[in-house]
Amino acid sequence: MNSVVPRGLRVGLDLVEIAEVADSVAHFGDRYVRRIYTDHEIDCCRRDGREGSGATYAMESLAARFAAKEAVLKVLRPVEWQPAWRNIELHRMTGGWCEIRLSGRAEELAAEEGLGGLSVSLSHEATLAAAVVVGWCSPRTRRNG
Amino acid sequence: MTVDDMIRGVLTDHGRLAVPVESLADDTDLFGAGMTSHASVNVMLALEDAFDFEFPEKLLKKSTFESIDAIRGAVTEMAAG
Repeated sequence: MNSVVPRGLRVGLDLVEIAEVADSVAHFGDRYVRRIYTDHEIDCCRRDGREGSGATYAMESLAARFAAKEAVLKVLRPVEWQPAWRNIELHRMTGGWCEIRLSGRAEELAAEEGLGGLSVSLSHEATLAAAVVVGWCSPRTRRNG
Repeated sequence: MTVDDMIRGVLTDHGRLAVPVESLADDTDLFGAGMTSHASVNVMLALEDAFDFEFPEKLLKKSTFESIDAIRGAVTEMAAG
């Protein structure tokens, strides 16, 4: 059976408590960081230039990136197999803004859904980080089952 | 300690649930009970510590962590190799 993916905007929004991310880094250390974030994201969020277990991170930046990854998932709408977190990368441009780069299952899902480029906006204040992701969905036929 | 005790212990420590873990039925929707996506990452890592394995990518989906029943199924699958 086939269904038509409707054309139009898709929006994803997510909030993350910065303290929750800090707790995860404190408890699981590098294993948490490496499981969720790409090497580029880790470089962008590292505070002191050190690597491995001695590294410290800008927790608000890690939290904003996690919120963005979750916001991307809300736009991609995976039904079964969820992309790995590292399949969604927030790539910081030289001007300071971020672009979303997809790979693996996330890239496949975007193609299946007819999603063109995604745009993201990140923000944070003392306790919360937020991200909004917008994508344009072209009409296309999706095979179900 | 049983597998269920270990799972409930992990959820108590890392699930950030809005209700006590003891009040949850095995099929209660954990996301409906307040577990965030970020908390589910912590639950995943803590389960790996508790059971000494690493979840493969095919099990890294929301449905794996949506209930105690689902988590038990994933742990059993991993234990069976």
